Amino acid sequence: MFADYSWPELGAIFAMQGFAGLILFSVFVLMALGLAIIFGQMGVINMAHGEFMILGAYVTYLLSNLFADYVPALFSMYFFVAMFLAFIASGALGLFVEWALIRHLYKRPLDTLLATWGLSLILQQVYRSVFGAREVGVSIPDWMMGSLPLTDLIEIPINGIFVMVLAVSISLGVYIMMFRSNWGKQVRAINQNRVMAGAVGINTEWTDRLTFGIGCGVAGVAGSAFTMIGSTGPTAGQLYIVDTFLVVVFGGAASLLGTIASAFSISQAQSIMEFFLSGSMAKVLTLLVVVGILMIRPQGLFAMKLRK
Amino acid sequence: MSEQMIIEVEDLTVSFDGFKAVDALNLYFEKNACHVIIGPNGAGKTTVLDLICGRTKATGGSVKFKNKELLSMREDQIVLAGVGRKFQTPSVYEDLTVSENLELSYPKGHSVFGALIFRRDDPVQTRIQEIAETIFLEDLLDEKAAFLSHGQKQWLEIGMLLIQDPELLMLDEPVAGMSVAERKKTAELLNRIIQDRSVIVIEHDMGFVADIATRVTVLHQGKTLSEGSMERVQNDPKVVEVYLGH
Amino acid sequence: MTRSSFMTRKELIGFLILAAVIFLLLPAMLDSFRLNLFGKYLTYAFVAVGLALCWGAGGILSLGQGVFFGLGGYCMAMFLKLEASTPENTAIQSTPGIPDFMDWNQLTELPVWWQPFYSLPLALLAVLAVPVVFAFIIGFAMFTRRVGGVYFAIITQAFAAILTILIIGQQGYTGGVNGITDLRTLLGWDIRTDEAKTTLYFVNGVLLFAVLLIAQYVRKSKLGRLLIAMRDQEDRVRFSGYNVANFKIFIFCLGAAFAGIGGAMFTLQVGFMSPTLVGIVPSIEMVIFCAVGGRLSILGAVYGALLVNWAKTSFSEAFPELWLLGLGGLFIAVVMFFPNGLAGVWSEQIEPRLTKLSKRSDTATPKRAAERAPAE
Repeated sequence: MFADYSWPELGAIFAMQGFAGLILFSVFVLMALGLAIIFGQMGVINMAHGEFMILGAYVTYLLSNLFADYVPALFSMYFFVAMFLAFIASGALGLFVEWALIRHLYKRPLDTLLATWGLSLILQQVYRSVFGAREVGVSIPDWMMGSLPLTDLIEIPINGIFVMVLAVSISLGVYIMMFRSNWGKQVRAINQNRVMAGAVGINTEWTDRLTFGIGCGVAGVAGSAFTMIGSTGPTAGQLYIVDTFLVVVFGGAASLLGTIASAFSISQAQSIMEFFLSGSMAKVLTLLVVVGILMIRPQGLFAMKLRK
Repeated sequence: MSEQMIIEVEDLTVSFDGFKAVDALNLYFEKNACHVIIGPNGAGKTTVLDLICGRTKATGGSVKFKNKELLSMREDQIVLAGVGRKFQTPSVYEDLTVSENLELSYPKGHSVFGALIFRRDDPVQTRIQEIAETIFLEDLLDEKAAFLSHGQKQWLEIGMLLIQDPELLMLDEPVAGMSVAERKKTAELLNRIIQDRSVIVIEHDMGFVADIATRVTVLHQGKTLSEGSMERVQNDPKVVEVYLGH
Repeated sequence: MTRSSFMTRKELIGFLILAAVIFLLLPAMLDSFRLNLFGKYLTYAFVAVGLALCWGAGGILSLGQGVFFGLGGYCMAMFLKLEASTPENTAIQSTPGIPDFMDWNQLTELPVWWQPFYSLPLALLAVLAVPVVFAFIIGFAMFTRRVGGVYFAIITQAFAAILTILIIGQQGYTGGVNGITDLRTLLGWDIRTDEAKTTLYFVNGVLLFAVLLIAQYVRKSKLGRLLIAMRDQEDRVRFSGYNVANFKIFIFCLGAAFAGIGGAMFTLQVGFMSPTLVGIVPSIEMVIFCAVGGRLSILGAVYGALLVNWAKTSFSEAFPELWLLGLGGLFIAVVMFFPNGLAGVWSEQIEPRLTKLSKRSDTATPKRAAERAPAE
């Protein structure tokens, strides 16, 4: 299949597909981070994760309309406000859901999975009732439009670069929170020994709630970033949930670095294959390879060996 | 020499991310003896049992049961070869009755097909009755295991091992968490069942150890610290320092 | 200690009541259109019964039962499609004699792997064998490596996604997003008529009872008790000398076989098969059928499948926007408040009261009371 292309063309294809892969990678990282925090640290499967993202996307959509109508002068900056509010909205909903639902089910992970699936159906319907079934798009500020020509064969869209920058900074933020903040220390302590953490005075209940809230908040930011490269519909979240879970599991559930590495390999594989095969076959092959590797190495790419 | 030995552990090592829980350990357990392993917490006692029965995979070394290498076998194969294991915390099937608990350990119908056509016929019934009497639970056969007391669960688990009729019985703290009365009854029970069997016991209660042990091994930091009769071990200054002295 | 090894009196009554509902009550109450709908619901009940064994008894939650349902259904649909695609029926195509969707996708001959589906015995064999072999491969790979719980759920869900994408992407071979439609006859017998659909309803019922009896046998065998034991104390089972993986593989394959039968019957009853029945959403809905009925009860699973689907049809006719809210609420309610589903409500709430009642006056027949139960 390579024979039809000349060398410079092939190089350009790999560069462009590689870049498309980088955008996909950013998307995966943004989605998977929140999930990795919740699943890795708490062992909770949140099937409604996609809907928390979509909430962030809708918040961004609302804000873009508000700014356009009332403060058009500041429109170019609305996105940063939107991102912050998306974090607050999804995070607050996350805190509520933890309190109302998740905390009753910590000992029953499979049931959590079913309950959060129910939650995702409810949220989808709520979105549909409030925002309509049609997909909505936000107006992108001027400075994010267009693309940078690198060579005459390779062009790079600016909004793609922006999403990548976001992904990197949010990952850094989460990393710092996890390993430098007091909350991060408490979360890791609880993850290693819940009873002992409680015994030394960590409020495990509140830390759990906060963890869930922060994971959902990060999902909201991801959704917000999403609006820069695609439109939003009530069921958009569901499309990505399987990929996101595979990214997290493939990376080794307990490792943030693993999540990022696996997001990178999965997205690159998929986007490079996409050029040579049809989109659906590329996806099928990628998923099959990931699932196949998980069958051979169920603990994922990065996992600690522990004394039982 | 290996004729009288039921288990020969040689150069056994396991490390968890660099930490050596068991370090080049050599142990020999005689046939038809009651061998007790003692030692401070974290000495690697439970890990040794886990390694023998395949629950933890060794990093290196060898464990031979009647000259058969166990390290390459699966847990269920090790059990069927004749090694029975009781866990530290009582693990019985809470949703099943006492007699069902015993029945599942009966050494027949262990394949998928075998389990489908398994019938609880007279020999099985008789055997369950017999074991239930040994473990003081003959009146509770139709009770769900969830309703048993802590001590009764321990007995039930011992019973589940007995019905397998293993050549080697490994018990991890069989009297932990028992009342004084239960403890006495258990000592009596163990004394009865170790008569014609090889047994390895982990225990902290020195009175109980003195009661049952034919031979004692002291583990410390994954290595053997001292070995011999109860009397000898008790008077070993090294043992007194790291373990008994406290 | 002696007891009936296969079925207690209470269970026998439960079976008889269900038989009365399926074979007498529903056919007497419903017109042929509604009966056909319930025939469709019955095909889901096959999946739910399999899940009651896998998930309820064995603790193995598969979110990919749609895969097996779909594989069984597609095997049947391929046979029916070939029978419908005679050269005479397809004379207007550029290549007569092959299924219409292949012709639309510029295929000029039947793919080799479609060939066996000219034969009904081979197709029926495939209905069972394809799901089972597939389940065996997944189960073998995962259970021998001790992957379980949520990991297993996620991976099976990934398979549901993969198969859907594959079917939709390869439309020349599979009929794509529309599925395999326009099925007409089974060995010359027209399956589209009302009489045929009513007959198929009864065939469904009979097959479902066969599956229920198999499930009952498994539950009551030592294997059934082992499953419960494994769910609670997997390590203890292993150290009682059982190869736990083999038992899990077996029950997973059995559930897949049931789902495959259900899928094949779906194709016959409804007249098409499409990827909408394979994917993530239908697969997880199948779990809720089982959960609503009571994950431990095979009879409950049947009631669950009938009730949830009946509610779905009625709601989506009347208030389409409410159905998703209702279904979502159902997921949450069942998990939070009724973990044992209808069967639990029956045995914990209704039955004790009935016993009290019948002690007071012996006139209340258990049968009438029991019929009311699933509707509560």
